[in-house]
Amino acid sequence: MTLLLQILLAFGTLSLLAIGGANAVLPEMHRLVVDVHGWMDDATFSQLFALAQAAPGPNILAASVMGWHIAGGAGMAMATIGMLLPAAILAYGMQGLTQRLRGNTWLKPAQFGLVPLAVGLIAGSGVIMAQAAGTNWLSFVIIAVSTVFVWRTKYSPLWVLAGGGALGLLLL
Amino acid sequence: MKAPTNRALFLTYLQIGLTSFGGVNAWARHMLVEKRGWLTEQEYAETLGIGQVLPGPNALNTAIGVGVRFGGAMGALACALGLFAGPMALLAGIAALYDAYGQLPLVRATLTGIAAAAAGMVLGTAIKMGVKLQPTLPLLAVGLAAVALALLRAPLPFVVLGLAPFGLAAAWWKLRR
Repeated sequence: MTLLLQILLAFGTLSLLAIGGANAVLPEMHRLVVDVHGWMDDATFSQLFALAQAAPGPNILAASVMGWHIAGGAGMAMATIGMLLPAAILAYGMQGLTQRLRGNTWLKPAQFGLVPLAVGLIAGSGVIMAQAAGTNWLSFVIIAVSTVFVWRTKYSPLWVLAGGGALGLLLL
Repeated sequence: MKAPTNRALFLTYLQIGLTSFGGVNAWARHMLVEKRGWLTEQEYAETLGIGQVLPGPNALNTAIGVGVRFGGAMGALACALGLFAGPMALLAGIAALYDAYGQLPLVRATLTGIAAAAAGMVLGTAIKMGVKLQPTLPLLAVGLAAVALALLRAPLPFVVLGLAPFGLAAAWWKLRR
């Protein structure tokens, strides 16, 4: 019971901080589940996150997969509820207000000012992921190629995930 | 155009959830604007913009915005449940398989490769977004401070609350000119 409560609280604190999606809360998720609670190691964390990226649906569901790994179905439910409920209640409560302010002048600086923050957090996530996933020369090659691929092309990132998996299977 | 029923909202978001590989927003736009015609391009962009400004996962916030617009509280519930039900079921299966077979050498090698590719994907996304942003110096400073704090494992609430005012001030200053 206490474990489930801990899961609920850990992901609950992440909920309202997820500006710009799952990638931005990844460093905090890593800090909580690996460093603070010791629920999994670095490699497991990065693999679970990668699986959630490869599956369809909102990337924030990485939280659900981690919940499952920590405590099965109940853990998945707790992580998902923690991650979604606070934000959902707030978003619902704010709808009346935001509909009235729609197209208003405050929206643009607000959007604009939070983007660099989100991008910075995503970059931090990338480095933390790379530290966890970079175990040998081949993984560094995969990281580098996939970085350039996603940065410079418009193809779906699923291709790099599939390619990375195939290379890992053949060579690692 | 007739307003969609809650059932239609649920089914449409169920479809969005199960098809949205690599991020929901592009698929949601395609479905809501192009296929269903429930929202104009402008209306979707505004709903998404609000979803991005509100704290919390923006795919969820946007789904709730769309749901409230057409069906109030029940509409919001229909959209949110639709969006998450399909992928959740799928991920429960994937997570169970991972727990059962994740330690097999071949599976482990494949997953290590996917994880490396995902790391690159996140890095590439950050570079792409950063370049597209063409940040002014103050905005760039906010972004770099966020990277540094993330790497120092600073607790996120402090990072967001500490940097958001600077981000807003920098954006306001840039847009004012």
